[in-house]
Amino acid sequence: MSDRLKIFLLLLPALLVIVGLFFGGLLIGLMRSFNYMPVIGLTEPNLQAYAAIFTEEEFYYSFLLSVHISFTSTVISCILAVGAALLLRRAFIGRDIINFLFQLNLTVPHLVGAIGILYLFSQSGSFARLAAEFGMIARPADFPALVFDPYAIGIILQYVWKEVPFIGVIVLANMQAMGEDYESVARSLGASKWQSFRYVLLPLIFPGLMSASVIVFAFTFGAYEIPALLGANYPAALPVLAYRKYTDVDLAARPEAMALAILIAVMSAVMIYIYIRYARRRLRG
Amino acid sequence: MIGQDGLWTQTFRYLTCLVLVIWLVLPLIPLAIWSFARGWFFPDILPRVWTLDAWDYAMSDTSGVLDSLWLTIGISLAATALSILIGVPAGRALGMYKFRGKEVVEMMILAPMIVPGIAVALGIHSVFIWLGLTNTVQGVILVHLIPTLPYMTLVMAGIFSNYDPAFEAQARSLGASPLKTFWYVTLPAILPGIIVGGLFAFLVSWSQYILTLLIGGGRVVTLPLLLFNFATSGRNDITGAIGMIYILPGIFILLLTAKQLSGRSAAVGGFGRL
Repeated sequence: MSDRLKIFLLLLPALLVIVGLFFGGLLIGLMRSFNYMPVIGLTEPNLQAYAAIFTEEEFYYSFLLSVHISFTSTVISCILAVGAALLLRRAFIGRDIINFLFQLNLTVPHLVGAIGILYLFSQSGSFARLAAEFGMIARPADFPALVFDPYAIGIILQYVWKEVPFIGVIVLANMQAMGEDYESVARSLGASKWQSFRYVLLPLIFPGLMSASVIVFAFTFGAYEIPALLGANYPAALPVLAYRKYTDVDLAARPEAMALAILIAVMSAVMIYIYIRYARRRLRG
Repeated sequence: MIGQDGLWTQTFRYLTCLVLVIWLVLPLIPLAIWSFARGWFFPDILPRVWTLDAWDYAMSDTSGVLDSLWLTIGISLAATALSILIGVPAGRALGMYKFRGKEVVEMMILAPMIVPGIAVALGIHSVFIWLGLTNTVQGVILVHLIPTLPYMTLVMAGIFSNYDPAFEAQARSLGASPLKTFWYVTLPAILPGIIVGGLFAFLVSWSQYILTLLIGGGRVVTLPLLLFNFATSGRNDITGAIGMIYILPGIFILLLTAKQLSGRSAAVGGFGRL
């Protein structure tokens, strides 16, 4: 058997699944977003669904909300993750506990974390009860709205809780693979702690940090259950809006749902492009 | 080690560690307490009445929690098994060979890891309606392959890139059949990767919510769907109990793989490999 045939046969099942399901799903979604469905006699593609979305005020609020959720939670998670990784690369008593908790947290489904955040930060949650205990508030309504709120604070808190360990583990693996030689050299040449971090360590871990944050950004941008559970009703995050339109009793809303799904996919494609750029650069460097 | 750490640095380090540890376990605590609480009202910091009612209910036949548990385990195991069957050969092709169009194939396999489920699930749902796969367990298993297969393939590509096929050639030249060669030579060498990749795939399938909801049409009630329903209907005590059950496999898997996951494992490094 020639190598080419062998490679083809080895890849065939995986490609069938990914092309068939993933790209097939994407393609059908794209066709339906253009109102193109030959099976039921719709053979003239048009842009009605997109026009409907782009003239709707809620879409812009939803889009901004989703970008805000992804951007804010990715940036906060990255900063905390780098801090945690810096902490964890040193040997000290108690490091194993944090390492274990990091990994435990990776295995906890997002939904469980979200419910935990709900029970902690809601107006009758644990923190509100503590505030009442110390006489800071009298009624649950006095506690600031941190979940179901317009700024998506609860959603961001949940993502930060879940993604700091994810990014942290990847950054830590990067740091450990690199060793401390580069920084020692920088320090011995007179660089301050901050300088050796900013000009030596950070550029070295940056590609890994970047690819991890791309995964986190794309995930948080397209995830449904967290904003569905912790988000305000209006505006809803894009995936929630898409699901609502798809399950709307009015079947005419379905192409609009598909159009939203395609916009989410386009956003992720941009993310993949950035990811590949940084991953490739890292391989070369 | 760079320099000598002062007392201030030491104190700062322990304080940050303490904050980090508390923050990491904090959301799980009210969930656990709720599962043993009866009518835990504001402003009580802890429940006044502790009870096993929620657990009794969760374990009873009427609640459907146990049915849901077995169903979720079954779906995740099936999705994992299929991912292994399909992902191991693909990982071998990507890890061991250079070929034209390899970058394109890598990107195609990477894409489902980054593109959110809902972006493709709506289109798949339309097709599955024609195929009669919506509202079925088979349909849900199939759609779970979208997120699980890339993980499996990635981990296996990492394993195979460090794999020497000379041992296989040697076994073959000594007269072993292809099947025997695979069983006695290849499999033992790649087994650690299959285990780590398989556990990842299991957890990824285990955590799926929106794919199951859409394709299962609310008829295939896995644990996350049940959890979401109880959480939004305000049954905090049962939500707590289901939540505790739902995180068990993750803890169990972690105990099995604690070593593989730390530091420079193929699995973690795999994220940046492609």
